[in-house]
Amino acid sequence: MTEVTEVAAATGATGASGANGKPAIPRRTSPLGFVAKGLDGLRRAILPMVAVAYGMRDETFGLLTAVGLGLLIAGVAVGIRYLHWLRLTYTVGETDIRVESGLLSRAARSVPFERIQDVSLEQSLIPRLLGLVEVRFETGAGGKDELKLAYLTQAEGEELRELVRARKDGVGLAGEAPVPAADGTVSTPVTEPASEPLFAMDTRRLVTFGLFEFSLAVVAVIAGAVQQFGDFFAFRLWPASLDNLTDLQDGVAGRFDWLASAGPMMQFIGIAAAIFALLVVGLIVGVATGLVRTVLRDWGFTLDWTDKGFRRRRGLLTRTDVVMPAHRVQAVKITTGIIRKRFGWHGLSFISLAQDSGASNHIVAPFGQMEELAPIVRKAGFDLPADMAPWQRGAVEYRVDAALLPALLLVPAAAITAVVAGPLLGVLPIAGGAFLALRQAFLWRFERHCLTGRQLFISKGWLAPELSIASRIKLQSVEISQNSIGRRRGYATLHLGLAGGKMALRGISPQRAYELRSAILASIAEKDFSQLAQ
Amino acid sequence: MTEHTEMQAEEGAADPANHAVLAAPQTGGELTELHPNHVKILRIQAFLVAAPFVLGSLVLEMAQLVPPGVFVVPVLLAALFLIIRVPLRRHHARGYAMSDDRLRVVRGLLFRSDTVVPFGRVQHIDVNQGPLERYYDLATLTLHTAGSHNASVHLPGILNQDALAMREVIRSHIKRETV
Repeated sequence: MTEVTEVAAATGATGASGANGKPAIPRRTSPLGFVAKGLDGLRRAILPMVAVAYGMRDETFGLLTAVGLGLLIAGVAVGIRYLHWLRLTYTVGETDIRVESGLLSRAARSVPFERIQDVSLEQSLIPRLLGLVEVRFETGAGGKDELKLAYLTQAEGEELRELVRARKDGVGLAGEAPVPAADGTVSTPVTEPASEPLFAMDTRRLVTFGLFEFSLAVVAVIAGAVQQFGDFFAFRLWPASLDNLTDLQDGVAGRFDWLASAGPMMQFIGIAAAIFALLVVGLIVGVATGLVRTVLRDWGFTLDWTDKGFRRRRGLLTRTDVVMPAHRVQAVKITTGIIRKRFGWHGLSFISLAQDSGASNHIVAPFGQMEELAPIVRKAGFDLPADMAPWQRGAVEYRVDAALLPALLLVPAAAITAVVAGPLLGVLPIAGGAFLALRQAFLWRFERHCLTGRQLFISKGWLAPELSIASRIKLQSVEISQNSIGRRRGYATLHLGLAGGKMALRGISPQRAYELRSAILASIAEKDFSQLAQ
Repeated sequence: MTEHTEMQAEEGAADPANHAVLAAPQTGGELTELHPNHVKILRIQAFLVAAPFVLGSLVLEMAQLVPPGVFVVPVLLAALFLIIRVPLRRHHARGYAMSDDRLRVVRGLLFRSDTVVPFGRVQHIDVNQGPLERYYDLATLTLHTAGSHNASVHLPGILNQDALAMREVIRSHIKRETV
């Protein structure tokens, strides 16, 4: 309770006078934290326990040794964790947050509030049961270098987040800190800032999404596993070589006893049935994997618009809570899939400096119709392309070259195949080349870009087009590159430096590239990097 | 307006029929040439790359495993081409232009790239000198941006004092407060 009032006092103070005289006290993380970590250690001790139990299964005290070893590992783990917990303190200072840690060697890290891009909270299963959160401070350093505190109680975590934001605002733009005073109460930031829902997925939407996330990779892995552990299932899916066909028959026959006495016809049907069953199993597993993965990741997906920006919460076992201010959004990306596009489903993600659990894009709406995504895009300060947007295509020469280059390889391949394996198979490379040429023709038709007064739109891909929208003033640099073929044939690539992502426009005429560059550079020059936040 | 004329000049350079201009884009008068000593550095670097191959071919020649000259002559010719001709062309393909709010760096023989970094987007600046560069009193100016592509843009082969002066000019454009 004292914590809450302290925070309220601090926010009030920074808002009013910009300083508070209270000395900063080093604090420890939640004592429950090392219990959570200890449980995690116990989980890790299980594997050695099983290994020892298995290795010593013939010994009299095998099981006892295993349990003893497990307890020892867990005990040491908990002990070390306890010492770590004891020695780790964090201090929320006037201008920075400091973490001091280390058993033998001490490390002190200070992160100034201005450099903290955002504070995100993450809960995995065990901490969630104990009501704990992991607090991460995103500074743009990326990955391992980010400061994190594991674990604080949920209330402490949220307080810390609000506190950092309040201090940050106090430093950044004075006078804007006490925003939530709008509803009359004084210290609302601690509880729940006023928010407006932007996007949410109910169970039905989630399941539909899961079905589209069908995982082919899993099917491939299963097929590989069956191949690898075929002996375990007592049959091999594919014979090691062709004259081993009887092996296969024997194998299947061995698996299904009744097949052994059946005639060759019945055996063939048996094999076909086995393969078919495997395909069905693969399909089911593929769908189920996609479904489970999606549900685990995106359960209870909500995106809210708060006074601090976008707030996204998602996850079933590991629940994450990420807030991203709108001005940090450098570009937006709208993606889709080959099949889901036919049903109008699209995904929306933001590109920013902060990282989203390893991925560089922040997914803000994984699966929605365009009319649901449009308001989110507008909130981020971007516009979707207008109907009458002046779209431009790339250079024809680029597509012609891209179609001809594989032909250089495929035509000789076709000739060789025709001579070696007969004219019928020789058609295959030709058909492949024709497909690639068709693709390039299609890409020329549909890959386009468009420069408006504020933004640059780039649409890529043929069956599942991807639309990127960049704000002109938020770009960092512009490069025009040409290889020797492109220089002779007259096309270039425009690379745009984008904080947290990449953007390139391939195969446009050099004239267009220089035109775009001078226009974009003129926009960039208008604002300094430091002014982009406002 | 200057942008426009620059664009026109570039269009001329990109004309596929105009190869002479391509090899030396600074003939348009837009780009500043790198310091002549830069060629020497490129030559020394090329020499260091070529030397092991030349030595190897000489050893082969001495061992008399192949007919005399079959190996050593082409290798020597290639090495001479690599040491004398290529660095000169690479040098001429490079150039930079600094205006009051941006730096343009052009480079590449086979893969040409033409990069512009606005000073307003520079995060920090490096001036580096390798041992060779120090001998010739040259330096490499590197501009770092927040972009993932072109996160750092290098401009080699300028006089050390010029690089330092450019750094000061660019630094004065960067506001102290950042996001």
